[in-house]
Amino acid sequence: MGIIGRLVAGAALVAIAGGVLHGCATAPADTEVSDRAAAMMKSSFKSRGQATLARLDQDETQRLCSEYAGRALPASIATKIEQANLATIQYPADGKLVGDWKSGEKIAQSGQGFQYSDDPNKPAGANCYACHQLSPKELSYGTIGPSLYHFGKLHGYSDATRKYAWQKIYNAEAFAACSNMPRFGHHHILTEQQIRDVVALLVDPASPVNQ
Amino acid sequence: MRTIIRRAVAAAVLAGTLAVTVGGAFAESTADEIAKYREALQDGNPAELWEARGEEMWKAPRGPSHVSFARCDLGLGPGVVKGAYAQLPRYFPDASRVMDLETRLVWCMVNQQGYSEADATKTKFGNGSAHRSDLEALAAYVTAQSRGVKMNVALDEPHVRDMYRLGEKMFYYRGGTHDFACATCHGDDGKRIRLQDLPNLTKVEGAQKAYTTWPAYRVSQGELRTFQWRLNDCFRQQRFPELAFGSDASIALTAYLAGRANGAAYDGPAIKR
Repeated sequence: MGIIGRLVAGAALVAIAGGVLHGCATAPADTEVSDRAAAMMKSSFKSRGQATLARLDQDETQRLCSEYAGRALPASIATKIEQANLATIQYPADGKLVGDWKSGEKIAQSGQGFQYSDDPNKPAGANCYACHQLSPKELSYGTIGPSLYHFGKLHGYSDATRKYAWQKIYNAEAFAACSNMPRFGHHHILTEQQIRDVVALLVDPASPVNQ
Repeated sequence: MRTIIRRAVAAAVLAGTLAVTVGGAFAESTADEIAKYREALQDGNPAELWEARGEEMWKAPRGPSHVSFARCDLGLGPGVVKGAYAQLPRYFPDASRVMDLETRLVWCMVNQQGYSEADATKTKFGNGSAHRSDLEALAAYVTAQSRGVKMNVALDEPHVRDMYRLGEKMFYYRGGTHDFACATCHGDDGKRIRLQDLPNLTKVEGAQKAYTTWPAYRVSQGELRTFQWRLNDCFRQQRFPELAFGSDASIALTAYLAGRANGAAYDGPAIKR
């Protein structure tokens, strides 16, 4: 790089740093801290069983949601995340979105799967009750997500409701950028049949969720 | 000593009863019940058993070099334990590194007592009476000597400040199969997983209450657990790979949470579900 090139690059760096620092002369730029934090994590974690170091590699959604965490997400970024995730959603070849709610209830109860302490040969659960109220019979439910009690009853037993339930379980980021909910279909946490069964737990009129 | 053990055993029995009753109860009443038990157990936390064992270990000659921890500097001078935990993590020039309590204990075991790194960290987490952890016992003793002392992590020290900022980034770092970050479960008020209340660590009060009550005797495990254990097991549930004991990332996150707890009186080892 020539002298002029270096000067321009230097000026640009100063401008960037000046913009980020907000008058605090010693604080390193935010992206620099993010990059070092990511590198530090790579050297501080170790692969164990199915939980390998590759789990620390962020996709674009994870990267953006980390970057904007703790502050307001700009509308343009939110739209970008939602559109990209909506495009990932796949539907069953046979078009059947609703399975067996009894099996769905078991999947909703189970928190097994994907921890290094879990047997990778056993089917994973969705652990819905960790964060949501569903069947009124289950009193041990979490509150990180909204209550889903009466989900079908409130949304109506329509094709639109069934499709929305499938999409939301498959990839929650398609509707709420940086949602706390895992992307069960996109990350292959649940199988196609398991998603059908959880959809049934939500939308089947006979499901305890709708009683 | 005998009184301590008798009280601790009584507490362990009570605690066992608690573990059984929590399961099917409503969340609100569970929290109330736990608060009541905590009160009842205040004078007889089984953590005292670990504190007593840790005190013996702190004072006895140990390792291939047959030296005690009398020369171990936790930041306030060789052998000084009173108030030391309330200022950790801190930067130690002799190790050129920011260290938390457990990392510093291992450093003293290796550099002063002659242990290999592998031997010093062999039983980092206890697993019943068969595999008792020296580090957990030592941590219980040292932390108890800061009870009532205000947290005062030196965030104006450049190395600590840097770790604090890295730890903050880690707290919000989403990854893995489930997109989880620390903030997923610990970023909002009044949330819970199943019936377990979650501290909001993004608020100073939440971080203070949580950080100042580790290490803790975990009723459900019958073990005293340190902050290194707490972070290790959070990341397991986060579906991340394993956080290495004493790693930079573990110290950065500890620096972040300890730093946010600054100003609150340290109140451990505590007792938790």
